[in-house]
Amino acid sequence: MIAGCGDSKYLQAVSGRTIYNDMSDTVKKTSGIMAFANPTRFLALTDTLLPWLMGGAVLLLAVGFYMAFTAPEDYQQGITVRIMYIHVPFAWLSMFCYTMMALSALGTLVWKHPLADVSLKAAAPIGATFTALALITGSIWGKPMWGTWWVWDARLTSVFVLFLMYLGIIALTRALDDQGRSARAAAILTLVGFINIPIIKFSVDWWNTLHQPASVLRLDGPTIHSSMLWPLLICAIGFTLFFSGLHVMAMRAEIWRRRVITMRKLSARKAEG
Amino acid sequence: MLSLYLRDLRLAGRAGSGSLTGALFFLAVVAVIPFGVGPDLNLLARIGPAILWIGALLASLLGLDRLFQADSEDGSLDLMLMADSRHMLALTVLSKCLAHWTTSVLPLVVISPLLGLFMNLPPVGLAAVTLTLLVGTPAITFIGAVGSALTVALPRGGLLVSVLILPLTVPVLVFGVAAARGAVADPDPFLPPFLILVALTIFFAVIGPFAAALALRNAD
Repeated sequence: MIAGCGDSKYLQAVSGRTIYNDMSDTVKKTSGIMAFANPTRFLALTDTLLPWLMGGAVLLLAVGFYMAFTAPEDYQQGITVRIMYIHVPFAWLSMFCYTMMALSALGTLVWKHPLADVSLKAAAPIGATFTALALITGSIWGKPMWGTWWVWDARLTSVFVLFLMYLGIIALTRALDDQGRSARAAAILTLVGFINIPIIKFSVDWWNTLHQPASVLRLDGPTIHSSMLWPLLICAIGFTLFFSGLHVMAMRAEIWRRRVITMRKLSARKAEG
Repeated sequence: MLSLYLRDLRLAGRAGSGSLTGALFFLAVVAVIPFGVGPDLNLLARIGPAILWIGALLASLLGLDRLFQADSEDGSLDLMLMADSRHMLALTVLSKCLAHWTTSVLPLVVISPLLGLFMNLPPVGLAAVTLTLLVGTPAITFIGAVGSALTVALPRGGLLVSVLILPLTVPVLVFGVAAARGAVADPDPFLPPFLILVALTIFFAVIGPFAAALALRNAD
């Protein structure tokens, strides 16, 4: 933080009605899960954590990619099977990210954890990107395999609906200007969506079996061989670390952004006299 | 609850509330479809239930942004929020949803058999579409109440409401169309999707008002 400690109390006083606007420097005496609620402590912790996360991600991804390219090609699909090593982690992370956002939403609504809303807001665009990447890599993979860019298969369709839900959440967080209000609105929407996801999945499965003969998608027949499983797992863990790193970076950026806004308000207040 | 329901009905009955615009929109959407897909009656009969359902879905989204906004503008929403200790807010929301459904969605259900005739649906199909719409559209209103409550503070939330809740209404559409189609096409079952549709409506009748009440308290 740029200003001295003397400002922080003043910051809290002017920075508004909710704790979300706070993000100030004061270290409160807290315990348990709320110990990480203080943004300053979070920033200090992530300062040391972030290089490890990103370093681990780069290392694992390098190893994973190397193993993926030396792994045997599929006897049917040839070289295109290598898309799996990025496609599957993306698809997995798209769901992981939404689960994490739902947990953050609970944190916002139930415990009023001030970082939970930062986490939710920061995760939404990253999750949307990963979901989009999963869809894109899937369709690049689908073109040579199924002969078409897109099929209205149950799994594809539900991921697509998930993508739409991400975009809705992002649109909602951008639409409201008050931070606390936008945080809780996004949290409510995320939770309602989270309750809905199993229902959507179920309904899409039903819809698919009703409409489409099972002719296109019979790729998942044989269980995956360990020579492909290991690179896949390593890539998945690497991408998860990468995601966590990105998420932490986005959260830090959001915290700093809020501090800058608070400082601007403060200086404007001072200028008014 | 009942008095609030009647009040909303009376308000909607007055001029300028525009609750019948939804029905007109429904009519227009369904009338436009044949221009897009061609006047082939066999094809229309096959996709008719889907067209009616999609039209009803879009038309019921149309008025949703006004669900709480009028009350928010004239301040009666604040009164409802303050009366939370005497009348549970979720129940207030529920009765508002029911009133909204009665005034702007029920007309859609009523005219849907007529539009079904345009689509060359057989009598069984007409009955099935009307029945599934009758049972399924409340679920859309309940989900929509959440979106409407979330965007009540926004001056132009109408488009955002649709964007937010359309993905969430996918199950309702799927089972509604599946049941309606099941009544017409022989191998497909009618009862299982219909019962799931009923379950969805009941489920969202609980989830929707509670989430909307939470959102309204937040917007206050």
